[in-house]
Amino acid sequence: MNTSAASVETDKWDVVISPKSKVINFNFAELWKYRDLLMMFVRKDIVTVYKQTILGPIWFVVQPIMTTMIYYFIFGRVAKLGTDNVPAILFYLGSNTLWLYFSETLNTTSKTFADNASIFGKVYFPRLLLPLSKVISGMIKLFIQLILFVLVLLYYIFVRHSVMPNQFIFLFPFLLVLMAALSFALGTIITSMTTKYRDMTFLVTFGVQLLMYATPVIYPVSKFKEYQTLIWLNPLTSIFETFKYGFYGKGSFSWGWLGYTVLFTVTTTIVGMVVFNNVEKKFIDTV
Amino acid sequence: MSSTVIDIENLSKLYRLGQVSSKTLTHDFNRWFAKVRGKEDPYAKIGTENDRSVKTSDEYVWALQDVCFNVQQGDVLGIIGSNGAGKSTLLKLLSRVTSPSKGNIKVKGRIASLLEVGTGFHPELTGKENVFLNGAILGMTKNEIKRKFDEIVDFAGVAKYIETPVKRYSSGMYVRLAFAVAAYLESEILILDEVLAVGDAEFQKKCMGKMGDVAHNEGRTVLFVSHNLFAVSEICNKGLLMVNGRVSHSGPIAQTIDKYLKGGTSHSEIYLIKNKGIDWIGIPNRDNLTNCKPNDEISIDVSLFVKNLNMSGVFIDFNVFNENNENVVHSRSNWIGFTFDTKSNTPINLTYKIIAPQLAAGKYFLSVNIYQGNDVLLYVTNIEAFNINANNYFGSSIFLDGVNAITVPPFTISRNN
Repeated sequence: MNTSAASVETDKWDVVISPKSKVINFNFAELWKYRDLLMMFVRKDIVTVYKQTILGPIWFVVQPIMTTMIYYFIFGRVAKLGTDNVPAILFYLGSNTLWLYFSETLNTTSKTFADNASIFGKVYFPRLLLPLSKVISGMIKLFIQLILFVLVLLYYIFVRHSVMPNQFIFLFPFLLVLMAALSFALGTIITSMTTKYRDMTFLVTFGVQLLMYATPVIYPVSKFKEYQTLIWLNPLTSIFETFKYGFYGKGSFSWGWLGYTVLFTVTTTIVGMVVFNNVEKKFIDTV
Repeated sequence: MSSTVIDIENLSKLYRLGQVSSKTLTHDFNRWFAKVRGKEDPYAKIGTENDRSVKTSDEYVWALQDVCFNVQQGDVLGIIGSNGAGKSTLLKLLSRVTSPSKGNIKVKGRIASLLEVGTGFHPELTGKENVFLNGAILGMTKNEIKRKFDEIVDFAGVAKYIETPVKRYSSGMYVRLAFAVAAYLESEILILDEVLAVGDAEFQKKCMGKMGDVAHNEGRTVLFVSHNLFAVSEICNKGLLMVNGRVSHSGPIAQTIDKYLKGGTSHSEIYLIKNKGIDWIGIPNRDNLTNCKPNDEISIDVSLFVKNLNMSGVFIDFNVFNENNENVVHSRSNWIGFTFDTKSNTPINLTYKIIAPQLAAGKYFLSVNIYQGNDVLLYVTNIEAFNINANNYFGSSIFLDGVNAITVPPFTISRNN
């Protein structure tokens, strides 16, 4: 009697650690259980940046201001790339703010395994938390930067009367989600591929820079008549164009290409999570 | 009534030696191809046993091989073994840092593992912020940490500094805080790897007390890896001895420690801790010392070589240890007014004579300490020196086994050259 009762009881294991892993094994319940840790990581990312500074979080807006000024002179004044009749300062500030979010999230998530090997080697928690925390902390920085953008936007709307947002502005939260998912997905794929073979890491840094020129950050799509399709094939293009169309009321918008971006993002996110899932269990042996 | 909380079956872990290179890519490809065809990993078959001192041509090694054991609820299991025996690999697998190559582990309850103190501590964050971050990394929720925060700070004894970034902490304060967080983890199973070797004597004592508390009063299961056999024997009730990636013995802790100390590999190496110009050569009459009688005078010839040192008034200390690594005989040359001079490029031959040693049967090890003033010139330990055999009933009448007392029997030290 006792033995049978015991054997029934011993079958109820909480955790079984074994070498075989399912290809698709997303443990969302576990992620939820660790939500406090996620928030802690986010807090750490934000707080540590401006520790021991006097201006604190204000430093987050310095970066977009500086790059906007540089772009204004180089691409606006010297190269005269044009901005679809949108005031140049506003044009560069908007797309720069978005681009900074995308590139920083991609850069940090693509180094998840390499940068956190010392923590990963000592303690278990769902590894996906770290790239997720980067996505969220980047988003908080983005919101701080958007305050500046909104102020400048209001100035151009009500004082200068030079731009007029349209109803597509309401797509903005959706655009943010798309961009967050895309940078997260690409980042996790890259970090998973670079745990054993580091070759890819060399490509990432300048690959992200090149990607900026393939994305309508410093120019409007309408500038390049011949390469239209090529530029739209970049899934980021429709995000940036929809953003500009909604906020400035100028530029190009296409439901078709936005749908393409959604499809692209969903696919890469699934691929990213599958790859990450397969690597996270053993990467510590090879990183 | 106890129940099994950890059950480990045929656990194995294969590691590749050498560097990651294009060759690794070929191996990866072969492995993938074997998997596609539904065959076994081709490199798993050729892995050799993990003996770090023997050079092999094999590129793969089993850090753990067919490890089977189980842990009952409330057990405090001490895992011992020499360096590279697979203890840490085992803990890594248990804490899910990496996954096994073969076999499986079944666990009941929440595991908190502490393979290092202060994992994830960020130097810029304050003590308080780090307590929350570190606690969360170890698996606590925010509310749990909030509830225990005062206790943690109190245990660590850093209340004054709690709002200061940890980069300003002394290293001792840093580890105190880190250990305190871990000590208050609420988990059914606790895994510890050599973490007691932190802090000052007072804090170590506190940690030991806390560990004993966790184990004996709270009824939690603890797995503890340490080279500090005293700590292991104090805290644990069961032991697991690992040798070259395999479980060599498991059972009550005293028995396991005994096996470990009597094991061939544990005492085979001489540890040279310090050498400032005097080389340790050996004991020329070692062969005559393998069969001493309990009350015989023991005369040990000691051979040294001075490389580059001209000093006068050099002292020498001899300490004799038994198999349990307890210091049983202590002799200092200053007590009998013996000093000697060293000249570069000359050998020194000494004879150390223990008159009426009064030692129990067993193997004895010598530790030699040469110094001038406070300057240690040579410190060498774990030298196999002599065996005492007692083959009749009367000869074995002295039982010093397990007694920590140091005896100072009369001795002489003389120089022969």
